[in-house]
Amino acid sequence: MTSRTMQAHPAGEHEAAAVMQHGQSGMPTALVGMLLFIASEVMFFAGLFATYFNARASVGAGQWGPPEGAHELDLPLAAVLTAILVASSFTMQFGVWAIRRGDTGKLKLWTGITLALGALFLAGQLYDYSELGFGISDGVFGTTFYTLTGFHGAHVFGGTVGLTIVLARAMRGQFSARNHVAVEAVSMYWHFVDVVWIGVFSTIYLLR
Amino acid sequence: MATTTLEPRAGTYRRSWVIEWLTTVDHKKIGILYIVNSFLFFFAAGILALVIRTELAVPGLQIVDQATYNQAFTMHGTIMLFLFIIPALSGFGNYIVPLMLGAPDMAFPRINALSFWLLPLGGLLIFSGYLFGGAAAEGWTGYAPLTGQEYGTTPGTDLWIIGLTLVGTASILGAVNFIATIFKMRAPGMTLFRMPIFVWTVLVTAVLILLATPVLAAGLIALFIDRNYGGSFFDPTVGGNPILWQHIFWFFGHPEVYIVILPAMGVVSEILPVFSRKPLFGYKAFVFATIAIGLLSFSVWAHHMFTTGEVFLPFFAFMTALIAVPTGVKMFNWLATLWRGKLMLATPMLFALGFVSMFLIGGLSGVMLSSPPIDFHVQDTYFVVAHLHYVFFGGSVFGVFAATYYWFPKMTGRKLNEPLGKVHFWIHFIGFNLAFFPMHQLGLDGMPRRISDYSPDAGWTLLNFVSTIGAFMVAVSIIPFLINVIATFINGEPAGDDPWEGNTLEWATTSPPPPYNFDRLPPIHSERPLFFLTHGHGHAAERPADLEETEEEDVEHRGGLV
Repeated sequence: MTSRTMQAHPAGEHEAAAVMQHGQSGMPTALVGMLLFIASEVMFFAGLFATYFNARASVGAGQWGPPEGAHELDLPLAAVLTAILVASSFTMQFGVWAIRRGDTGKLKLWTGITLALGALFLAGQLYDYSELGFGISDGVFGTTFYTLTGFHGAHVFGGTVGLTIVLARAMRGQFSARNHVAVEAVSMYWHFVDVVWIGVFSTIYLLR
Repeated sequence: MATTTLEPRAGTYRRSWVIEWLTTVDHKKIGILYIVNSFLFFFAAGILALVIRTELAVPGLQIVDQATYNQAFTMHGTIMLFLFIIPALSGFGNYIVPLMLGAPDMAFPRINALSFWLLPLGGLLIFSGYLFGGAAAEGWTGYAPLTGQEYGTTPGTDLWIIGLTLVGTASILGAVNFIATIFKMRAPGMTLFRMPIFVWTVLVTAVLILLATPVLAAGLIALFIDRNYGGSFFDPTVGGNPILWQHIFWFFGHPEVYIVILPAMGVVSEILPVFSRKPLFGYKAFVFATIAIGLLSFSVWAHHMFTTGEVFLPFFAFMTALIAVPTGVKMFNWLATLWRGKLMLATPMLFALGFVSMFLIGGLSGVMLSSPPIDFHVQDTYFVVAHLHYVFFGGSVFGVFAATYYWFPKMTGRKLNEPLGKVHFWIHFIGFNLAFFPMHQLGLDGMPRRISDYSPDAGWTLLNFVSTIGAFMVAVSIIPFLINVIATFINGEPAGDDPWEGNTLEWATTSPPPPYNFDRLPPIHSERPLFFLTHGHGHAAERPADLEETEEEDVEHRGGLV
């Protein structure tokens, strides 16, 4: 049977060499991977949202909310945090556009601003938690509220880790107009985290 | 000029084989790690199955108490599904898919290694419950409120949650890797509709894993919060809903059933044509049936919940019956492939035929269960146990063994012994039917699942005893298999590169393949590039390989042999 392997068509040699470069056409493989990962994250949050809506339906819309004696949700603070996170999506995108032009200085600037806005959001969320006066164990509203916002916050934290890595690599001059797939991937993730927050904010704060 | 001694050539590093295997990112080695790891868990879960069957052989509690029994069936189900069948098929996918695509490796080799190493870690965490006062004991479905603090008192339940989350993460990362590999790493000329069927089934499976498993992760995390941080997702006394767990679990769990069976269908669809010396009948119909199963699998989950009274019966009954249609299409694909073929009954073929016949029985009982009146009657009885074992064991596990016999020569360069393989198959096949066929009748007679004892007056004794004999036969059949594997490793018959005269690219390289897989690739004009390389395809054989493809030529290729 070895002969069969050996008598491969002459064109095969050329094609085998092409295999190595084949992944280079179209969207970079790393971005495909990131998009697929984000798809799975969408389903993860879909599961958490399902628990929220299920609990809301079984409690009844009239009784739905923080337990007796606790503070109401802080809508103005949440609105400010929303504005911060949405703004950070824009600053991230400015950074991506900068590196596509090859402007590493602007990349560092915009990534730094995005990181700062992300950190500000997390700090604001922790402040919000400390003021609410109810916990994860105080009824099903508290459970779903902290799970949904908490897992979103954990994803924001994950995003800031990614941003830190992008910033550190940008400082070392590892990105160029041609070679910056990590910036694109982190920006995709950051936009995703932002969109999830818009969903969380609308569901918990606006859709009461 | 010192430049000549700057770096040693690739392959000249001296590393011990232990370090080599622990740190490898080669998809072939990772694939073998997956398969070996899966079989180790298979043996562990098999021993638990023997504990269950021994206890049930005759009325009375003989060898274990009820708590131990609950742990045994819980661990048996969890380990068999999450740490044997899914990873074993992922292992074959890991090894074979890049080869079938003509690719040098997976898209993300290091993530590939991570998704493997999470598996033994997760599996050992799940098992470690036994060291800390008892493993999880709520059944592999982990229904609330059994898993709540009140009833699920063993620390094993928390370890079960953590372990499953890790295993689920591994699956998701693996799925990302498979999809990226299939879309980005195909050899030139391999269009989507020239991919081998196994690759198609792995692709659809990976999409199901990608979209279903995160939902289970969300549910497991909710359960963990309920148990450890005073949450109340599933606690009705403070507004939670125990039925919510069933929805979440089965929203994952039913696609998961297809995650388990689709790659096995792919394996069988590779083996039947090779051992019938015919192309697969209706390649495109098979592909579309696979996609249809994938889509429909997200709309049938509540048929596990008919008796809760919380689901809309007509919709889920209809969708469940509907999903049998693409499955039936595949049955015809397989039968028509066999029809007037030149059948060669080697061991891989025997297991593939075992798959087709046993999966048919499991599929038929599945259609019966899709009807709510029947389901209400047999819910949570041994009829369901019989059904799921015909699908999982008669289906997927037969597929795993078919794949093992089929691809062992590629992985090791040595061919498993045929007579021993046939002994394995026949004891396995007869034992399997002896173990699980009587369970249909036991279920119709009203024997509930998950009980450790039954009354001697119930009339279930004889069938249970027969079933236990069958279970031990299955266990015995593993002995010739193990002897075969070990003996072949030591002194097996050299297989050559292509012992079965296969159709797909994995047979176009050496056995085992070099680390980079291919020195050169044959031209790819169909889903059977190797067949046409050897046998030509009519007058088309004389054409230059770089000739532009036409649709007309494709038709000729597919019909080439007939």
